[in-house]
Amino acid sequence: MLHAIQEEFGYIPREAEPVIAEALNLSRAEVHGVITFYHDFRREPAGRHVLKICRAEACQSMGSEANAHRLLERLGLDWGGTTADGRITIEAVYCLGLCATAPSALLDGEPVGRLDAASLESLAMEAA
Amino acid sequence: MKIFVPRDMAAVAVGADRVAAAIEAEARARNIPVSIVRNGSRGLFWLEPLVEVTTASGRIGYGPLSEADVPSLFEQRFFDGAPHPKCLGHVDKIPFLARQARFTFGRAGVIDPLSLDDYRHHGGFKGLESALSLGGVGIIAAVKESGLRGRGGAGFPTGIKWETVARTPASQKYIVCNADEGDSGTFADRLIMEADPFMLIEGMTIAGIGVGATKGYIYLRSEYPFAIRMMQQAIGIARHAGYLGASIDGSGAAFDIEVRVGAGAYVCGEETSLLDSLEGKRGQVRAKPPLPAIRGLFGRPTVINNTITLASVSFIMAEGAKAYAEIGYGRSRGTMPVQLAGNVKFGGLFECAFGVTLGELVNDIGGGTHSGRPVRAVQAGGPLGAYFPPALFDTPYDYEAFAKKDGLIGHGGLVVFDDTVDMAKMARFAMKFCAIESCGKCTPCRIGAVRGTETFDKIIAGIEPERNLALVRDLCETMKFGSLCALGGFTPYPVLSALDHFPEDFATPPLRHAAE
Ligand SMILES: Cc1cc2nc3c(=O)[nH]c(=O)nc-3n(C[C@H](O)[C@H](O)[C@H](O)COP(=O)(O)O)c2cc1C
Ligand code: SF4
Ligand code: FES
Repeated sequence: MLHAIQEEFGYIPREAEPVIAEALNLSRAEVHGVITFYHDFRREPAGRHVLKICRAEACQSMGSEANAHRLLERLGLDWGGTTADGRITIEAVYCLGLCATAPSALLDGEPVGRLDAASLESLAMEAA
Repeated sequence: MKIFVPRDMAAVAVGADRVAAAIEAEARARNIPVSIVRNGSRGLFWLEPLVEVTTASGRIGYGPLSEADVPSLFEQRFFDGAPHPKCLGHVDKIPFLARQARFTFGRAGVIDPLSLDDYRHHGGFKGLESALSLGGVGIIAAVKESGLRGRGGAGFPTGIKWETVARTPASQKYIVCNADEGDSGTFADRLIMEADPFMLIEGMTIAGIGVGATKGYIYLRSEYPFAIRMMQQAIGIARHAGYLGASIDGSGAAFDIEVRVGAGAYVCGEETSLLDSLEGKRGQVRAKPPLPAIRGLFGRPTVINNTITLASVSFIMAEGAKAYAEIGYGRSRGTMPVQLAGNVKFGGLFECAFGVTLGELVNDIGGGTHSGRPVRAVQAGGPLGAYFPPALFDTPYDYEAFAKKDGLIGHGGLVVFDDTVDMAKMARFAMKFCAIESCGKCTPCRIGAVRGTETFDKIIAGIEPERNLALVRDLCETMKFGSLCALGGFTPYPVLSALDHFPEDFATPPLRHAAE
């Protein structure tokens, strides 16, 4: 259900919590607790594109962290941040199961592997 | 003519869809009739996108391909298996594949994952047939005899778990497949679900018949969108063909499966946390006992097994427990799909009997590093597993032998690092990961991991390293003994192994320079 709401709105609006609680016969606090427990659920609207960059060990062994930091610097963002024009959100993810074609990322749900600093950057910059 | 282009998520990540589209366009332009089969991956990921064609002498592979290779492939008549600079010859004879014992992954990449005919032609449902004729007691006896141990991490004997569930009286029992596969460096569950989904359905159905459960859930992580789609489609097809539902394959026994998608929490791979998450709650770890086998999902007796464990049962029931138990090492029977990942030349899935050494896996089979630099460290068994230095490469791949070296087989992942790795950073990451993913139930894990991360920041900055290293060791002791589950309890393994095997990375900055 929460997945469906996020799919629809791109995040789970605070105003939706009491509605969900009533529909499921739970307290508001319980619903809030569930939403905040899971990394997938966003409290704020995301950008038009979402780039999830893997930060787990196998990708690190192939230089993912340096690539990601370069990109974040270029965009002036921190992890989880969205560009001022609302174009793209950069999020961390811990392993996509693409660890033998590392470093990996997901752009709007589409997997990308064997990234280097340049290809990661063009992936992020070219998403219009 | 048939051309196989994998639809596997990793193959697509490196361009398989573009290659498939280019082949289709080129064939149309040349007026050559081809039928493209989107198979799963063979698990030879350094060769992806790996395209195969059928010839009289078997399947010939070409890879790694990009769309730019496609015109020349047609020029050379690759569809007849003709030579080309990217030709790999017979796929079955590629040494990485030829050296394997593909018990569970025999069909991966060979068949169309959603074709029941393909599945049956390659031995599918043989296990189910024999399970239906053996019945519950016979199934459990066979699983016990096979020596199969859980492939999710803990290595608990599967037959004993099933027996407990079978013996616990209840009106409703459940089979839960743990497809949360959160360990970095692992992708075997993903490969099963994307390349051979009916095998998992068959394994879960056998488990259901074995213990008297009629309902199964697959808890599948949200990071695997391809596997989610594939499993949902496969379940629909199986149901339509009568392999799931009120009377499986006309036997009168009922079993059905539902996919539930996780929400990005590593700890939800822990079985009790997973059950809470399945029930729609926060994925917090429950104290054991009661075991899930006695009071599991919705308080009912529940078999919870890893995806590989359940898939292996299909092979065991089809080929016999003896065939499985015959190979292996010590108390580790059968095969393990070892996953070679990270900075490794030949990255992929290598299913083999237990007992090969870590060094053989990394150097002979994996070919050393991708960068060509010396191997410096290998993290075995995911984020909670130890870092092994090359000095320990003679360790046989076996649950007990790894435990003796304070290491873990876990879910079979091996992440290779070259000599540019900074082990102080990796130790810090292990603490940080624990802090991010902690479910918050116990203080040593929740607070200890945050303090551990801060302490490593000081060590890395060169602030009172001796005192702070001693503090880290103390924290590790507290976490080891004061944590309810292995997230807090095992985080000390990567941390301490980094400290013990790579002390030079934790020395004060002037000393580190001297060492370089
Ligand atoms: C923090 C944590 C994460 C885990 N993640 C997974 C996982 O992703 N997949 C899995 O099968 N087991 C995982 N486990 C192990 C499960 O708790 C459990 O042992 C396993 O599902 C049992 O199945 P098996 O006997 O077939 O291995 C994890 C354990 C812990 C403590
Ligand atoms: S060790 Fe950590 S993750 Fe495990 S139960 Fe305790 S707080 Fe939760
Ligand atoms: S570690 Fe990045 S995909 Fe697995």
